Amino acid sequence: MSVDLSSGIGTGTPTSRGASPSPATGEPSRRAARPGAGVRRAVEVVWPKLLAVLIVVALWQAIYASGWKPDYRFASPADTVERLWFVMSGNGPFNFWMGVQNTIMRGIQGFALSLVIGTILGIAVSQWRVLRNAIGAMITGLQTMPSIVWFPFAILLFGLDSSAIYFVVLMGAIPSIANGIINGIDDVPPSYLRAGHMLGARGWRRYRFVVIPAALPAYVAGLSQGWAFAWRGLLAGEIIVSIPEVPALGTQLNQAAVNGQSANLLALMIVVLVIGMLASFVFSSIGQRVRARRGLTGFTAGGG
Amino acid sequence: MSTTTTPRHELAEGSLPARTRAPAVSISEVSKVFGRGPDAVVALHEVDLLVERGEFVCLLGASGCGKSTLLNLVAGLDSPTSGTVDTAGNKIAFMFQEATLFPWLTLGQNVDLALRLTGVPRSARPERVEELLEKVRLGGRGHRRPHELSGGMRQRGALARVLAQDADIVLMDEPFAALDAMTRDAMHDEIEGLWAELGLTVLFVTHNVREAVRLSDRTVLMESGPGRVKEIHAMHDLPRPRHLEDQRVTERAGRLTHLLKAEVARHVR
Repeated sequence: MSVDLSSGIGTGTPTSRGASPSPATGEPSRRAARPGAGVRRAVEVVWPKLLAVLIVVALWQAIYASGWKPDYRFASPADTVERLWFVMSGNGPFNFWMGVQNTIMRGIQGFALSLVIGTILGIAVSQWRVLRNAIGAMITGLQTMPSIVWFPFAILLFGLDSSAIYFVVLMGAIPSIANGIINGIDDVPPSYLRAGHMLGARGWRRYRFVVIPAALPAYVAGLSQGWAFAWRGLLAGEIIVSIPEVPALGTQLNQAAVNGQSANLLALMIVVLVIGMLASFVFSSIGQRVRARRGLTGFTAGGG
Repeated sequence: MSTTTTPRHELAEGSLPARTRAPAVSISEVSKVFGRGPDAVVALHEVDLLVERGEFVCLLGASGCGKSTLLNLVAGLDSPTSGTVDTAGNKIAFMFQEATLFPWLTLGQNVDLALRLTGVPRSARPERVEELLEKVRLGGRGHRRPHELSGGMRQRGALARVLAQDADIVLMDEPFAALDAMTRDAMHDEIEGLWAELGLTVLFVTHNVREAVRLSDRTVLMESGPGRVKEIHAMHDLPRPRHLEDQRVTERAGRLTHLLKAEVARHVR
């Protein structure tokens, strides 16, 4: 769902070079030369998404109406939307906006720290053969570790505390970010390295002016994946490590489940989904822009 | 031999001042072996070559004769297995066959980066970038990205970047091989003009006989397996600027082609 949204809007941005096929219709999107063409393209991009949402809501309503589960376990779409509106206006049984703010801040802080550590680690591993032999494979291996597996260890180590959550966020995001930059550096075309060398880009300048910019697309892909892992680890952490005095989305999700407030629970899940989609949209826009500037868009294998 | 101060019109009249200064590049008894043991490939075997300051020398040979390897050794991108390459402390720039303008920068930023790495102060750079782009007839195109330029424009951009380095020696590894004949002709005029104007020393690798005859003061014919210098052909008797339709140029190219064909045939057998 989130991928669908991001790629769709990404194609509609002016950064794409006009030749990229629109995912809505499969035909090439035209430059907005005629009046109304922009509006039409927006409609082309939006209607499949609306249709998809409508189908999901209709299914949801149908299951609800069948009386399969009682209301407190499975709320109706209408109740959920009402509840969503209710908590968003600050009237819920918990401090909704504080929760959103705390969760997003934790996510940003954890991700920022992962970005710094992952980048340094990635450069170090790609630079020193010994380090690569030692931990290169382990970094790739760590990516396959589900973040939830880290929690027992984190709780043992830090107790039921924010530190445990941050630890898991870092363990999820760092390998992806490091791996992104390692792959990016490994795949820098040798011709650019030779050209850079002859221009006098040696020592740290080699990294500053050639290696890092050349590795940027893979790096951005690594950041995007790192964020996804960080976000998953964060929500899992907030559900497991509930700190009563700190409102957070994960904590509220858990409470809603424990209290049998299905509408609250579903409303919060929608909030988590929307935040995730927005973040993914930001990363895919950055990636799209980086590729477009290098002439890497147009007729791509992925059709978008 | 031409020298650094020889202006183009003098060259055109065929007056060639005597060589006076030390060579810009001295290659002596250079061998290069790739790999070890039974799989080892001798790319170059005891190559000797002196390139005078301000001279335009072409390395001509079939694929696999080690001409690009020799260029890399002069550039310092690789080191010889034995022998010495001395570039007398000259600053060296390299123009590659493939377009190596960095795709994450605009054309202007590519040239700017070369200036920056050469140590040109920030305040002087924008004007110098425009100047260099004008020189290669890409004035006003600095904001373009490499992928938005044609093959010929990209190579002219690469040339501007080479000139930005203010090098004494310019190494060129088949820089025009991927261009169409018309564009290549235009590039020959351009490179010859800049060489004469700036007093560059050029070492130019090609497999194109006519290109070598068109451009060089001397053409070094290389043989392969292992790569070594077969013959050195002086072109001083051909006045500049040379035209490929000129009968003397055609004759010389014909002779070299004959030699090169014999060399290739020796290997195919």
